[in-house]
Amino acid sequence: MSRMHDVGGADGFGPIVEEPDEPPFHSDWEAHVFAMNRALVAGGVYNLDEFRDAVEQLPGYLTSSYYENWFNAMCALLVRKGVLSADEVDHVPGG
Amino acid sequence: MTHSSSPLAARVRHVEALLESRGLVDPVELDRALEAFLARASPANGARIVARAWVSDEFRARLLDDAGAALADVGLSMGGGLQVQRLCVVENTPAVHNVVVCTLCSCYPIALLGPSPTWYKSPAYRAQVVRDPRGVLESFGFSPDGEIAVWDANAETRYMVLPMRPGGTEGWDEERLAGLVTRNGLIGVAPV
Repeated sequence: MSRMHDVGGADGFGPIVEEPDEPPFHSDWEAHVFAMNRALVAGGVYNLDEFRDAVEQLPGYLTSSYYENWFNAMCALLVRKGVLSADEVDHVPGG
Repeated sequence: MTHSSSPLAARVRHVEALLESRGLVDPVELDRALEAFLARASPANGARIVARAWVSDEFRARLLDDAGAALADVGLSMGGGLQVQRLCVVENTPAVHNVVVCTLCSCYPIALLGPSPTWYKSPAYRAQVVRDPRGVLESFGFSPDGEIAVWDANAETRYMVLPMRPGGTEGWDEERLAGLVTRNGLIGVAPV
C-alpha cells in the first residue's frame, strides 16, 4: 500500500514555485534541524531509513514545510526510542 | 539566515537543549559541521564534473559508465555522507533531454549540487514532472527538442544531468566552461 508521500503523478498540488536566489536554509532553526538530524543519525540514535519512515507517517506531511516535517519526525523518533519523553518535548519553556 | 522568534524556532531550540543535556549533540560541533557541509556541498562541484566531461571524451565515457569512480578524477566523491550513494549521470543529447526528480521524498546528490531548492522537494514538482514533464520544463521557461526522460531518484541512487555543451565555446578551458553550468541545468530544468 502506498503512503501519502508517494505523490508521483498525482493531481491537485498547484503550480511549482521557484524562489529566486533561494538560500540553503530559510532560517536558523531549519539549519539546526538539519545539523541535529545528521548528528543523531551519525551517533546511531536512529538510522536514515527509520527517519524516512517517520517522515512518511506524519499526519501533517503534505501541509507542513519540509524542515517542519524533519523536526516532527525527529521528535517522534526520539520519543519512540525513549531518548526523550513526550512531555519533555511538548513542554517548551514560555510556550 | 534569520534568527526566527516563531513558536517552531522555540520548539527546535528547546529540543536541542534537551539533546545537549543528554550529551547527544554539542551546539559548537553542530555549527562547525554545518559550516563545513555548506562549504563543501555546492553546485560548483557538479559544474566541474560537467566541464571535464565536455573537454575529455575519455572522462565522459567513464562518467557515464561508473560516475562514482570517475569523480575521483576531479577530487570528489559520493562518500562522506550518512549513507553510501550510487551516482548515475545521464547525458543530454539532441534526441533525449533528461530531468531528475525524487517522487517519494527529496533524494538528490547534495555533495555535487548543494542543498536542494524547495521546489525540488515540493509535492507539486514531484507529482507533476512524471505526469507532464514538458509542461514542467515550460514552467521553467525551457522547451527542449526531442524526447524527455525523467529519472526518479531513491535513497541508494542519485542522478545528475550532463547538459549539452553550448555552441560557440570551442577552445574554452574547463574553468570557463564550468561557469556556464547551473544547478537547474544539473537537475534538468534548464538547458545548461
